[in-house]
Amino acid sequence: MSDIKQTRGHVEVRDFGLSYPTLDGPMPAVTNASIHINPGEFVSIVGPSGCGKSTLLNAVAGFLKPTVGSVTVDGEAVDGPSAERGMVFQQYSLFPWKTVKGNVEFGMKMKHLDKASRDRAARTLLGITGLTAFENKYPDSLSGGMKQRVGIVRALATGPKVLLCDEPFGALDAQTRVIMQQILTNMWQRLKISVLFVTHDIDEAIFLSDRVYCMTARPGAIKAEIAIPLERPRQQSMMMSSEFLALRRGLMSLIREESLKAMGGEISDLALEGLSIDMHGQSFADVV
Amino acid sequence: MAQPADLLTGMPAGTAPPAAPPRPVWLYVRRWLALNSEALRAVLIGAVALGLFLLAWHLLTTYRVVFFVRFTNVPSPAAVYESLTRAMHDSKFMMHVLLSCRRILIGFSLAALVAVPLGLLMGRFKLIHETLFPITEILRPIPAIAWVPMAIMLWPTNEQSIVFITFLGSFFPILVNTLHGMSLVDPVLVRASQCLGAREVSIFREVYFPASLPHIFTGLTVGMGVAWVSLIAAEMISGQYGIGYFTWEAYSLVQYSDIALGMICIGVLGLGSSTLIRGLGRLVMPWNRT
Ligand SMILES: Nc1ncnc2c1ncn2[C@@H]1O[C@H](COP(=O)(O)OP(=O)(O)OP(=O)(O)O)[C@@H](O)[C@H]1O
Ligand SMILES: [Mg+2]
Repeated sequence: MSDIKQTRGHVEVRDFGLSYPTLDGPMPAVTNASIHINPGEFVSIVGPSGCGKSTLLNAVAGFLKPTVGSVTVDGEAVDGPSAERGMVFQQYSLFPWKTVKGNVEFGMKMKHLDKASRDRAARTLLGITGLTAFENKYPDSLSGGMKQRVGIVRALATGPKVLLCDEPFGALDAQTRVIMQQILTNMWQRLKISVLFVTHDIDEAIFLSDRVYCMTARPGAIKAEIAIPLERPRQQSMMMSSEFLALRRGLMSLIREESLKAMGGEISDLALEGLSIDMHGQSFADVV
Repeated sequence: MAQPADLLTGMPAGTAPPAAPPRPVWLYVRRWLALNSEALRAVLIGAVALGLFLLAWHLLTTYRVVFFVRFTNVPSPAAVYESLTRAMHDSKFMMHVLLSCRRILIGFSLAALVAVPLGLLMGRFKLIHETLFPITEILRPIPAIAWVPMAIMLWPTNEQSIVFITFLGSFFPILVNTLHGMSLVDPVLVRASQCLGAREVSIFREVYFPASLPHIFTGLTVGMGVAWVSLIAAEMISGQYGIGYFTWEAYSLVQYSDIALGMICIGVLGLGSSTLIRGLGRLVMPWNRT
């Protein structure tokens, strides 16, 4: 069974472009993007705000149709959303009217799995992520970290080929985020599925990924593709290693350039470099 | 030496598993009081206010106060209570009450059965919305009472036209609130369900419907209120039975205490039916703690 899984989840996005219709005519959000995810690979996309990361991800999910180019999974063109491509959302997006277990069982219910096996699978997954005690709670009573654990487990419960994540940990505090990253890595390694992970946190992208795509400012194109050769399993301590820091510096400078462009390019780099304001208790107006 | 028996199981204490140290009851009572102090306060103040209201009513009527409004003919609480005890043994009064309840049950249930599915469909399918919305918007501002003459023309029996009026009264609040609920469904939840393999029917059943339920229940509560308003008006105009007719008849027969009895009865029935709906809502939506 695991052999079959390893040959699944090959994502291929070729010469992708997508424009949103506006009053000023079609507004290109993403142009000329080609990415791929090998079966079982963990790939991240980083880029400045508004560069079209979500647009690209939603096209892979099947919510948006490419204006040009193609999106295929295992050779088949993506045509609408399906349980083959699980998704984890930044806003958690749990069903408030279902208990934790009900949320996790949802996808299996859609697959018409019988109650007993649904129950077994849900309990196992909740056990792995330490949510057993909360299985009968409603999402409203959970913390953000717990909600997102449920979100991940829910997406994985249907056994998707690919897991798509749109800044899933963006709303969490730093400590919770680190734990969530470890949980996600853990699940990914157990299930051997492909992951496409959108984030604007460079450390997160490096820590999690096998490869990172860096996008340009809007309209987004792929600016660079960086392999992350850090060994696995990855430890928190690796984030201090010279290897990690070198990767970080590289990605930082790539992103920085694009972020400045995305902000309009008016802020000169030099001006920022000399900027170090000691307020001494005064208001900003007083200092300037 | 005899062991003291366990209070709960009646077994000797030695055989029972080591129990937690006994906690004094007063501790629980105190905690319960602390946790529910807000609710207790509300009940207490409400009860006192109700008492004051009765007292004011009693004083105003026994002294037949005339100060802009005239309390000369208004029955006193005692007189109304007397009417009530008489009415409790009067099968005719019970029939009035039961008939009104039956009309509410039929009219309101029909309205809910039509308005909720219609609202869900209008919220989901643009074409249905675009087709029906203008019609409902024109009919909606017409008060159910204004339908009385039309209802009498439309329906062969009086009973049917009264039920029809009740139906109309609750129909639009339910429809409008269902539509509102549908328009507020978070599209991300719909997408989440699609990513989990949900198709049209499942999305409708598992996402749109439960997501709109809180608003549907708001509509049902409002609709129940309007149903009573419409029913009473219809009964007063064209009824032969029913609590609205009873109240109007009491006026014609100069039985003033029965007027107040009818009014209070309507109030209690209205309160009871909305409480029923609220309770049903809590039962159906355990996740919704408002
Ligand atoms: N429905 C839409 N109609 C018009 N323009 C849109 C629409 N959705 C997104 N855009 C624009 O397309 C661009 C790309 O949006 P997208 O959400 O993919 O960016 P992003 O990289 O995910 O940004 P962020 O980091 O803020 O999440 C943005 O400039 C956005 O304003
Ligand atoms: Mg985004």
